Amino acid sequence: MTLRLKYFGMIAEAAGTQEATVDMAVSSVEELKCVLTQDIRKLVDINFQIAVNQSIAQDSCVLNENDEVAVLPGFAGG
Amino acid sequence: MTAERSKVKKPKPALFDGCISAQKIANSIAGHQTKTRIGAHDIFLGQVRADKIDGKLVAAIEYTAYREMAEKEFHAIRERAFGSFDLTCAHIYHSLGRLKVGEICLFVFTSSVRRYDAMEACRYIVEEIKTKVPVFAREIFEDQSYQWKENTAAK
Repeated sequence: MTLRLKYFGMIAEAAGTQEATVDMAVSSVEELKCVLTQDIRKLVDINFQIAVNQSIAQDSCVLNENDEVAVLPGFAGG
Repeated sequence: MTAERSKVKKPKPALFDGCISAQKIANSIAGHQTKTRIGAHDIFLGQVRADKIDGKLVAAIEYTAYREMAEKEFHAIRERAFGSFDLTCAHIYHSLGRLKVGEICLFVFTSSVRRYDAMEACRYIVEEIKTKVPVFAREIFEDQSYQWKENTAAK
């Protein structure tokens, strides 16, 4: 399915881009994390979270066509 | 009272570019002097700290954000604070971009009739911002090298 990926902070740096529209054979956040970890090796070493349509998503979250999926490193606000 | 509450609760952006000046903070305090039901304010100011890491001194922090989600989270945190505490006002301002050490990057301003709610809500909002809002930062050293920063538990 088509997903609109967004990368931030050190993950954007590791991915070499801030966003990408991709076609991926994944149906859940857990599956997406597996694929992303293979593509972006940095993700093996750091804590990261996935947000789907601007809300933090658990591994069980089901992905839908054209979702906005953000890959977020640790927060550092304040 | 109801009209005033709904007015102050209307979503407005918390993120903006550049540091928070002392003048902005002073103006914000002055702006509340007409709200005479308020008996207590609490303010939290986050300041960019010159940490020394592996012998190198931090000179600045560069903030970026997942802007749309961050604004939603700031708004949700503020709504929860209004739900949990008896607040008259709550304001949150967070900087983006490059801030030098000593500059103010976060300004949380809560007001209530008596001190308890303003003080507890201010702490609540700050702790929520640290863990729930997708803001990212890298510490830039004096030699222009950098490292990515991550919030630690409250202390």
